[in-house]
Amino acid sequence: MGIEQKAGNMGIVTVGLEQAVNWARTNAMWPMLFGLACCAIEMMSAQASHNDMSRFGMELMRASPRQSDLMIVAGRVSRKMAPVLRRLYDQLPDPKWVISMGDCASCSGVFNNYALVQGVDEVVPVDVYVAGCPPRPEALIHGVLTLYDKVRHEKLTTWA
Amino acid sequence: MPEPLEVNYQELRHLVSERALKGETVLLNMGPQHPSTHGVLRLLLELDGEVIINCIPDIGFLHTGIEKNMESKRWEMAEVMTDRTDYLNNTGNNLAYCLAIERLAELDVPLRAQAVRVILVELERISNHLVWLGTHALDLAAMSLFLYCFREREAILDIKEMCSGQRMMTTYFRPGGLWRDIPADFEIAVRRFVRMFPGRIKQYDALLAKNPIWMDRTRNIGKISAKEAINLSLTGPVLRGSGVAYDVRKAQPYSGYEQYDFMIPTGTHGDVYDRYLVRMEEMRQSLRIIQQALDKLPYGPFRSNNRKYVPPPRAELGTSMEAVIHHFKLWTEGFTLPKGAVYQPVESPKGELGYYLESNGGNQPHRVHMRTPSFLHLQALPILCKGHLVADLVGIIGSIDIVLGDCDR
Amino acid sequence: MSEEHLKLTLKAIKERFGLKDSGLMKYPPTLLVDPGKIVQICQVLRDEFGFDFLCELTAVDYWPEEEPRFNVIYGFYSHAENVRMALRVPLNGDHPTLPTVEGVYRGANWPERELWDMFGINIDGHSDLRRILMPHDWEGHPLRKDYPLGYEEPQFTFNYDEIDKRKHHARYEEA
Repeated sequence: MGIEQKAGNMGIVTVGLEQAVNWARTNAMWPMLFGLACCAIEMMSAQASHNDMSRFGMELMRASPRQSDLMIVAGRVSRKMAPVLRRLYDQLPDPKWVISMGDCASCSGVFNNYALVQGVDEVVPVDVYVAGCPPRPEALIHGVLTLYDKVRHEKLTTWA
Repeated sequence: MPEPLEVNYQELRHLVSERALKGETVLLNMGPQHPSTHGVLRLLLELDGEVIINCIPDIGFLHTGIEKNMESKRWEMAEVMTDRTDYLNNTGNNLAYCLAIERLAELDVPLRAQAVRVILVELERISNHLVWLGTHALDLAAMSLFLYCFREREAILDIKEMCSGQRMMTTYFRPGGLWRDIPADFEIAVRRFVRMFPGRIKQYDALLAKNPIWMDRTRNIGKISAKEAINLSLTGPVLRGSGVAYDVRKAQPYSGYEQYDFMIPTGTHGDVYDRYLVRMEEMRQSLRIIQQALDKLPYGPFRSNNRKYVPPPRAELGTSMEAVIHHFKLWTEGFTLPKGAVYQPVESPKGELGYYLESNGGNQPHRVHMRTPSFLHLQALPILCKGHLVADLVGIIGSIDIVLGDCDR
Repeated sequence: MSEEHLKLTLKAIKERFGLKDSGLMKYPPTLLVDPGKIVQICQVLRDEFGFDFLCELTAVDYWPEEEPRFNVIYGFYSHAENVRMALRVPLNGDHPTLPTVEGVYRGANWPERELWDMFGINIDGHSDLRRILMPHDWEGHPLRKDYPLGYEEPQFTFNYDEIDKRKHHARYEEA
C-alpha cells in the first residue's frame, strides 16, 4: 500500500527528489545575454514571437551572470574575448550549463585562423553543441530541448 | 586557461583627463558584455556624477581576421566570408564584393540579375532598419516594438530562404549574376510583403514619432554638424541626419539604380531624433524601389555567359567539350583575375561600404580591404556623447547603428 | 562637369608636385606620392580642390619584395563635384613610417591605428598610437605576408588522438 493511498484526500503527491529537482531546473532556466555575432540575431529571433522560447521556460534573458543558469555562447569568440568569457562563466552560480550555438562557437566554423579560439570548449566546458551557420531558431530550440533531456537524467550523486 | 589581462594604467594615462587621475571623476567600464552595446563593445567612460566627460571605445573583441583569411582562399570561396562581416546586411556585402570582381574582370551582368539584386538588397535594407528599430527602441525602453519588428523580419527571411535556401548567410549573388534563377513564388511573396508593410510602418510611427517620452529621450542628443561629420568620414543615415544628401546609389549608381525613382531623406539638426526619421523614411523609399524593380523585372538569363568566370549549366556538359574543360578548370583552380586594383563603393544600410580588391594575376586575392561604416562611425562616438548623461549614451550608440562584426571584421 | 574637375585636379597636382600615374588601380584614378609630401598634398586637396572626404585608408604588403614593401592607399571623394580619386604611397620594408593626416582629416584617426596594428607602419605625430583590433600585448603584425595564418589542422579519425592530446580542453581540466 503506497503512501498516496494512505493519505487519501489530503492532497499529497509523491515524487522522487531527483525528478523534482530536475523538473524545477528545466522549467525555468534563464539564459544569460551572451550574443556575440550573427548567431545572436538568430537567438533574438528564437526569443521573438515567431519562434517563442518562453514556451520552454526561457522567459527572459538576464544581462547579469549572477541571475542566470544557462550561457548560450552565440557567435565567434576571438582571442581577446576569451578571458572575458571565462570570467563570466566563473561568475555564473551552480548549477550552470553551456550551449555552444553555431559553427563558430563549436569549432570556429569558416574561420580557421590566428584570431579566433578554435571551438569555445577550449575555454568553458560545453554541454550541448548546436550546429549551423547560423542555426535556425528551430535548431536552437531543439538544442535547448536536448539540454533539458540531459538535465532530466542527471543523478543525485552528481549534484548532491 | 586564459587569464584575464590586467591593463597597465600607465598606457592609458594620456586618454583620461587630469581630474580622473586625482580621483574627482569616476572611471566606469561598460564592459564587452552589456545589453545595450549591440555586440561586444567595451567603453571606458569618465564620469562626473552622471555626465560623461570622455568616452574611450575599445574594440577588437570580435576581430576574426577575415581579410587575412580571404587571402588564402580562392576568389569564389572567399565570398562566403563576406556575408559574415556585417551580418545584418548579407546580400549587400555580397553585392559589393561581386561588383568589385566584375569591375576588375570587366564582366557583364544581365539585366534580370541586376533587377533581382536590387530587390534583394532593398529588402535587406528594410530588414536591417527593422533590427535597428527593434533594438534601439528596446534600449530606450519601448519594448514591444522589438517583437513587432522581428515579426516583420520573418517575412523577409522567408523570401531569402525561398531564393537561396538559407535565412541569413545566403551567398546568393555570384560574380556574373545570381547563383540560380528566382523561383516562381518569389514575385507573389514580395508583392504580398510590399502590400502589407506600409501599414506596419504607420503603426511604428504612431507609436514613436510624436511620443513625448521618445522625443524627450532623442531630441538634441548626439548632435553633430554637417562639416564636422564630413571631416570625420561619416556616411549613411548619420550624415544624412545632419543635412548632407549623399547617397552612393544616386551619386555613383551601380546595378541599374539610375532607372529607379526614389528620394534621399535628410534631417536638419543632426540629432538622434533626426536619424530616426531618416531611417523610417528610407524604409518607405526602399519599398518604392522594390515596387518599381518588380514591375520592370525583365526576362532573360540570370548569369553572365563568360565561361572563364561562370561555370556552364550541367545540361551542356553532355554535349560540349569546351564546357567540360571550363567546368574542370573552374572547379579545380578557380578563375583568375587580371592584375590590378579597384575600390568599389556601395550604399549599405549603415553608410558607404567599400571593397578594395587587389589582384596579382592569381586565383587568390592578394589583398581585400573592407572599408566598413561602423568602424569609422565608432571613432566619432567620443565626440557625439561629450556632455551627455549615461542614459543618453545608450540612445546615441543605437542611433549610429553599429554592428561589431562590421567594425572589427 | 565633374569629370573635368577631376582631370583639372589631377593635372594641377601632378604639375605642382611632380607625380606620376599609378598603373595598377583601375578605379578610381590614382597618383603615386612620396611619404614626405603626403600631408601637404592632402591639405591642398582638401582646401583648394574640394576633396573634403577621406573614404579609404589602407595598405597592401608585397613581401618578399623589399623595395617597396608596402603601398598605402588614400581614397578621396569630393561632395561638391561628386568625383573620386586616390593616392598611393610606397614604403620600404625596414621601419616604415608615415606622417599623420589626422590634422587634415579627423576621420583618419582609427584607420591609422589599424595600419600600425595590422602592418607595423609607424605613424609620426599620431595622438594615440595603440593596438586597436588585437589584444594590447599581442606580438607581431597580422596582416603582413610573413605572419602565418594560424591554421589549425582538422581533426579526422586517423589523427584524432594526437590532436586531442595537443588541444586544450576546458572540460578535462574541470574534471
